[in-house]
Amino acid sequence: MKESQIKTSEPDEHGHWGKFGGRYVPETLVAPLEELTNEFTRARHDNNFWRELNLLLRDYAGRPTPLFHAQRLSTHAGGAQIYLKREDLLHTGAHKINNALGQALLARRMGKQRVIAETGAGQHGVATATVCALFGLRCVIYMGAEDVRRQSLNVFRMRLLGADVITVDAGTRTLKDAINEALRDWVTNVHDTYYLLGSALGPHPYPLMVRDFQSVIGREAREQILSATGKLPRALIACVGGGSNAIGLFHPFIADEAVRLIGVEAGGCGDSLGKHAARFHSGEKSGGGRVGVLQGTMSYVLQDPNGQIATTHSISAGLDYSAIGPEHAFLHDNGRAEYIRSSDAEALEGFRLCAKLEGIIPALETAHAIMPAIRVARELPRDDAIIVNLSGRGDKDVQLVADLQTR
Amino acid sequence: MSRIGETFASLKRLGRGGFIPFVVAGDPDLATTERLLIELAAAGANIIELGVPFSDPVADGKVIQRASERALRNGVTLRDALSCVSHIKLHIDVPIVLFSYFNPLLQFGEEQLAGKAGVDAVLVTDLIPEEAEWWTQTLLGQGLDPIFLVAPTTSDERLAYIAQQARGFIYAVSRAGVTGARDQMTRDAEALVKRVRAVSDLPVAVGFGISTPEQVRLVWRFADAAVVGSAIVREIETLDNSPDLVKRVGEFARSLVAPAS
Repeated sequence: MKESQIKTSEPDEHGHWGKFGGRYVPETLVAPLEELTNEFTRARHDNNFWRELNLLLRDYAGRPTPLFHAQRLSTHAGGAQIYLKREDLLHTGAHKINNALGQALLARRMGKQRVIAETGAGQHGVATATVCALFGLRCVIYMGAEDVRRQSLNVFRMRLLGADVITVDAGTRTLKDAINEALRDWVTNVHDTYYLLGSALGPHPYPLMVRDFQSVIGREAREQILSATGKLPRALIACVGGGSNAIGLFHPFIADEAVRLIGVEAGGCGDSLGKHAARFHSGEKSGGGRVGVLQGTMSYVLQDPNGQIATTHSISAGLDYSAIGPEHAFLHDNGRAEYIRSSDAEALEGFRLCAKLEGIIPALETAHAIMPAIRVARELPRDDAIIVNLSGRGDKDVQLVADLQTR
Repeated sequence: MSRIGETFASLKRLGRGGFIPFVVAGDPDLATTERLLIELAAAGANIIELGVPFSDPVADGKVIQRASERALRNGVTLRDALSCVSHIKLHIDVPIVLFSYFNPLLQFGEEQLAGKAGVDAVLVTDLIPEEAEWWTQTLLGQGLDPIFLVAPTTSDERLAYIAQQARGFIYAVSRAGVTGARDQMTRDAEALVKRVRAVSDLPVAVGFGISTPEQVRLVWRFADAAVVGSAIVREIETLDNSPDLVKRVGEFARSLVAPAS
């Protein structure tokens, strides 16, 4: 592995970060992926594209988002100052809109009239339905039956926005199955359909493209923290499902070697396979995270010894996924980023604490990063800072948490 | 020449089209799969594709998805599929193509697969030749044919590249989409086969959506073999463990390749 790669974390021209990434797809999808890669490459070097996207991010989505000094959380931790990157304040309530706007512009450039997407918690589905309404595109969202149940508010939002929401009953009935169904739709309707993938996952160019569209988070955060504290933060902390909010925050700091990059996976409700979504935890106890291929990309995948993809569990639909984006696998193996896990119970504790101490109700996904952030801060001096990506707001989860409390 | 090469050479000498049925290993159970393979050979299969069940079959329609789920509920693994093949080798001489998604093969290990397979060829649904060079080399080193898919969306340039990597035959996907029976064959398949012929001398099999004797005969007019998957798997599903399942599937297979009356 080349040193320079670790400092920049750029994939080769076929989307490989070392052995991770690539394009493991049925042949029919090669041509549309190639077409997408070409259009994205052109757009990436087109100032007009970025000008239009930046304008939309500012006037429609509400960027830049604030970097908020969470003083009461910091006092509670009793160590470094905790800053929250407020992606929850964006239009539609999560970082997903950054990517959805970027890709919708691409879809329009490519003349595609029909957009499909998968969604777990519904945040990406809502973001996609929103940009499709904005651009007048037809929109179909695939969502696992289990997620439809636990995120019914978002299902209603998507329908209000004009999207067709298709419930996926196959497999584990969560995000993974929604992606399978979206891929099946795409392979059947390649001629007129744009697949607006929501995380830094899937075949090349998606992991690279989604990361590029989400990197605005880290670019802003870097400027904001420098202006607020005059120095770089000691650590960045973000939850990791597929990994788009985390990679968006991390990427602009990759060359800043002193800044720890900490991803938080869903520890779920136990150590055995099927009870969690912690792909990097392959010890005998938590079993099952090994290098494999799922849904178009090579990465760490939770699986049984025969290569069948394992079921996962997390209290948050958005982290409930068997694989992780390939760039995270790369950053994990070369040691640039660390990955820890946070249980369902810990996420709920973070959820309540953030609400009570800061008046901010985070998404349950995001809430996984709160308690680990407090532990990290506690180990650091008071005049240092860490940044937590407050990737989404928790309105969608209030009902679920209320139900848990009454149980 | 590989056994698959010989099979196509002999079909060509006879001026006949080939018939390649597909079943999923372990659907409805492994013992029945073995009997089905033997019966399909007797019913006129020139090559048989044996599917390895996978939890996330993104290239498959509902029928094969459900077959895969049935097999997985029985705990069927790649190892089971391979032992199935070694058992039936005593009874039939038809070349077997292992049809799988990549992850089960990757976890099994390519050396181990090539060393022990007993199959004649391997087709990996989600492995394109660009990602598969090391893999292809290992298979070739062990005398296994790597079979690759081409699709109506595949450019001429890629067709030429894929043809260079492929051995045995080229599998032309009849249309954009997942596996599953369709009422009508599109013209895409014939156009695709023509484009393949322009860059390769390998035999061409056409699959996806072929479910009737008429469609099989239509494919034979322009391609070397017809693959029938979902239609056979649907028969297996419909017969639902009936005692004469194997016989009835055999009858269905015979009906597919019977001369037009």
